[in-house]
Amino acid sequence: MMTEKPSSAEEVAEVVRAHARISAVGGRTKPALVGEGKELGLSGLTGITDYKASEYTFTARAGTTIREVEEVLKAKRQYLPFDPLFAESGATLGGTVASGACGPGRFRFGGLRDFFIGVQFVDGAGELVRSGGKVVKNAAGFDLPKFLVGSMGRFGVMTELSFKVFPAPFETVNLSVICPDHVSAVERLAEVASSRWEADALEYDPSEKTILLRLGGPGEALDQICEEIEGRWAGEVEQFRGITGWRDLREARWAQGEFLVKVPITLSRVSQLAGWVDGCGGAVRCWCSSGGNVAWFSFGRNELDAVDEMLKGHSMAGLTIRGSDSNGPWLGERRENAILGAVKEALDPGNRFPGI
Amino acid sequence: MIESLKALLPGGRVLTGDVYLAAYESDGLTAFRTKPRAVVLPETGEEVIKVVRWCHQHGVPFVARGSGTSLSGGSLPVEEGIVITLNRLNRILEVDPVNRVAIVEPGVINLDVTRASESHGLHFAPDPSSQTICTIGGNVAFNSGGAHCLKYGMTANHVLGMKAVLATGEVVEFGGRSREQVGPDFTGLFCGSEGLFGVGLEFILRLLPKAECFHTVLAGYRSLEEAGNAVGAVIDSGLLPGALEIMDALAIEAAEAAVSCGYPAGAEAVLIVELEGPMEKVAVERAQLDEILEKTRSFEKRVAADSVERMTIWKGRKSAFSAVGRLSPDFIVQDGVVPRTRLGEALRRIGEMSEETGFRVANVFHAGDGNLHPLILYDGRREGSLEGAEALAGRILEMCVEMGGSITGEHGVGMEKRDYLPGMFSDYDIEVMKRVRAAFDPKEVANPGKMFPGPEAPSLSRSGLHPLEEAGVISRE
Repeated sequence: MMTEKPSSAEEVAEVVRAHARISAVGGRTKPALVGEGKELGLSGLTGITDYKASEYTFTARAGTTIREVEEVLKAKRQYLPFDPLFAESGATLGGTVASGACGPGRFRFGGLRDFFIGVQFVDGAGELVRSGGKVVKNAAGFDLPKFLVGSMGRFGVMTELSFKVFPAPFETVNLSVICPDHVSAVERLAEVASSRWEADALEYDPSEKTILLRLGGPGEALDQICEEIEGRWAGEVEQFRGITGWRDLREARWAQGEFLVKVPITLSRVSQLAGWVDGCGGAVRCWCSSGGNVAWFSFGRNELDAVDEMLKGHSMAGLTIRGSDSNGPWLGERRENAILGAVKEALDPGNRFPGI
Repeated sequence: MIESLKALLPGGRVLTGDVYLAAYESDGLTAFRTKPRAVVLPETGEEVIKVVRWCHQHGVPFVARGSGTSLSGGSLPVEEGIVITLNRLNRILEVDPVNRVAIVEPGVINLDVTRASESHGLHFAPDPSSQTICTIGGNVAFNSGGAHCLKYGMTANHVLGMKAVLATGEVVEFGGRSREQVGPDFTGLFCGSEGLFGVGLEFILRLLPKAECFHTVLAGYRSLEEAGNAVGAVIDSGLLPGALEIMDALAIEAAEAAVSCGYPAGAEAVLIVELEGPMEKVAVERAQLDEILEKTRSFEKRVAADSVERMTIWKGRKSAFSAVGRLSPDFIVQDGVVPRTRLGEALRRIGEMSEETGFRVANVFHAGDGNLHPLILYDGRREGSLEGAEALAGRILEMCVEMGGSITGEHGVGMEKRDYLPGMFSDYDIEVMKRVRAAFDPKEVANPGKMFPGPEAPSLSRSGLHPLEEAGVISRE
C-alpha cells in the first residue's frame, strides 16, 4: 500500500521508490532546509522503540518529537546534553540530526555528532540501510551516523535513530556576566572554557555584551563554584534561577528576523563578528553559542547580501535554517571538492534527494 | 616500477631490502604476517601526496602505518603493495589555547598531544592503552577508544577537522577549528574508515580542560558478578564517572606479576572507578560513591591518596594486555561490546566457552560502556592452537552481536574481524559501505583486504615475541 504519510520504515522506502525527486520533512521547524521534490512527511513515523536507562541509550523512529523524547528521559533523570533546538515548536529527531541544530548544552559534552550513534535510513535506491549501532561504544563499519549530521536529507531519509544519553545534573545554577566590551567578553569566555569550573553551557549575547553560564551538579558544590566566579568579576556577575531563559534560547525566541542562519565559528572570531553586527545598527542580530563555536544570525531579507558578503570575506560558511532564498540554504564560502559529489552518488544513486 | 617510486623521494627513503621489510611484516596482531614490496618513509605531507598519487596511477596498493600497534591487523601490509610509514610526519603544528585545539600531523604520538597542551591546562581525551607509542593517524583511522569513552567518546569525537589525500589523489580539507560545522560531516566519516579512504595529513584535535582533581577507587570483589553489580549501582545512581574498569582474577595475577600494582590479594575481580572534576563536585560525589560501594560486597577498597597512587592503580590496568604475556606464550585479544546490563551474562558465557574449549581467557574490560576485552591465551607452537583460539574469539564476537552489541568497540574490524562484519550488517548495508568506499577509492588501492569479508587472510601460525618486543620498543615486563 502506498501512503504519503508512512508509518513504518518499509513504507518510507516504498514512497521513496515511487518518486523521482523527494524531500523528507519532519516538524517543519527548520523550513529553509526542505529541498525540491515531493515532500515526504515523517510525522507518522513516531515512537521510542527501545530505551533502557541503565544502558544510557535509546532508539526511536525519525518522526518522534524531541519533546516526547525529553519527557521520557526526564522520568529517568536523563537527558540529551546538547539541548536540541526547537523542541517546544515540534522539532523531530530526524530533522534535528539532518540540520545539526544544537543548543547551549552543546558546550560541555559535545553536539549531535557526539551522541548520535546509530541509524537506519532509506538510501536513494529506495533500500533500507543500517549503520552504526545501539551501544555507546562501537567501531564497526563506516560511521555514517556522523556523516548524516547536518546532511539535510540530501543522502537519505532517516527512519530510526539511536542516541547516547547522559544522567541529568542534580541541580543547575545560572550566571550572567556583563562585560565592558566584546574583546573582554572573549577573554572571559576563553577563561571559563579552560577553567576548572566545568560550565555546562556558555553563551554570549553580543547585543547585551552578556555571557550566560550554566553549571550543573550537586547543589552544595555549585554554590562554592558560583561564589568563586562571582568573585572573579565582582559586581558584574548575577545569578538567575529558572530555566525559562534557556528554553527561550532553544526556541531562538531572540531571533525575530525572517532569516536565521547558523555559522560555525571559533572563539577568536567572536569580537570581530560582534563588532560587524554592531555596525549594522540593529538590522542584524547575532547570538554566540557553545563557547563561541557557533554564531546564529537573525536578519531580514534586505540584509541577506550583506551577511553573505561578510561571511565570504571571512571565508566562513553559513546554513540558513529559517527564511527562504532562491539560491538555497547556503551562505558565504563553500568548499568544493569532488568527493562530495562522489559520496552523494554512492548514497543516492537514483539522485532522488535534493542536491547538496 | 619501484624505481619510479624511488625517484619521487630523496635517496634512501624507499626501502626494499628484506632486512628492512621484515620490521613491517606485522602489527599488534602478530598472528598475521605479510611482506610488502617496499616501505616508503615520507617526511612531509607533500611527499605523501606524491606517493599516494603514484599508487593511484599505477594501481599499487598501499597501507599507511604509524607505530603498528593495531590489534585488528589494520596496518598489515598487502602483498605486492607498499607501506607508507608516517612516523616522520610527527610535528605538532600548533596548540591553540584560545580555541582549545591542537593541529598535528599523523605521526604524532597520542600522549604527546596532551604533553604539548598541559601548560595551558588542556588535554587530549582519547587514551588507548598504547597511548605512549600509538600515533594520531592510527587513532583516527581506527577510531581508537580507551578507558574514558562513556563520558568523553572515542577518537572521532575529538577530531574537528582534517586535511587528507584521498586514494584518488584528491587533496581535501574537512571541518575546521570550530566544534560545530554545517553540511555533512566528512571528518566524522573519515574517522574509523580504517585507511580505506586515503591518508590523513593534518588533524585538528579538540582539547578539553584537564580536570582539577581525580578520585580513584580500587575495590576488590570475591566474584566478577559482584563487581559487575557494583558498576550497575554506580551507573544507576546518576553519577557519570570518567572511568569504570574491571579486571578478573587471571588478569590481576598477570598485572601483579608484571608491575606489582598491589591489587587486593585474593580478589576474583577488581573494579576501578574514577571521578573527576572541580574539587567541590568531586567532594560531594565521592561521598555518594562511597555510599554506593559500601552497599556492594567489596571486601577491600582503596582510594588513591595522590597522583602517584592513582598512577599505580592505572598502571596495573594499562599494562594488563602485555602482562598476560607472562601467563602464555601467545594470546589474542577481542574488543566486542555488549549492552552494559548484560555484562554479567556475557562474562559467564565466556567462562563457559573457556572451560568447554580448554583455552584460558583473562578478562579486562571497560565496564562502563560494555566493552569486553577477553584475552584468549594459546600456544602458537602447538598444532591447531591458534586456530582454536581464533574459533573461540569468533564465538565471543557472535555472542556480542546476538546480544545487540558490536564486534568491535575500539580496535576496528581490520583484517581480524572482517569475516564477522556480516553478523552485524546485512549484505545491503555492506554493499552501501562498499559504494562509499568506491567513492573515495575506486581502484581499491587504499588498505585493500581490510574491514570487508574477503579471501583467505595471510595467516601464519607463529609464536613468540611481538616484533615490537624484538625491536625493544615495548616490553611485557
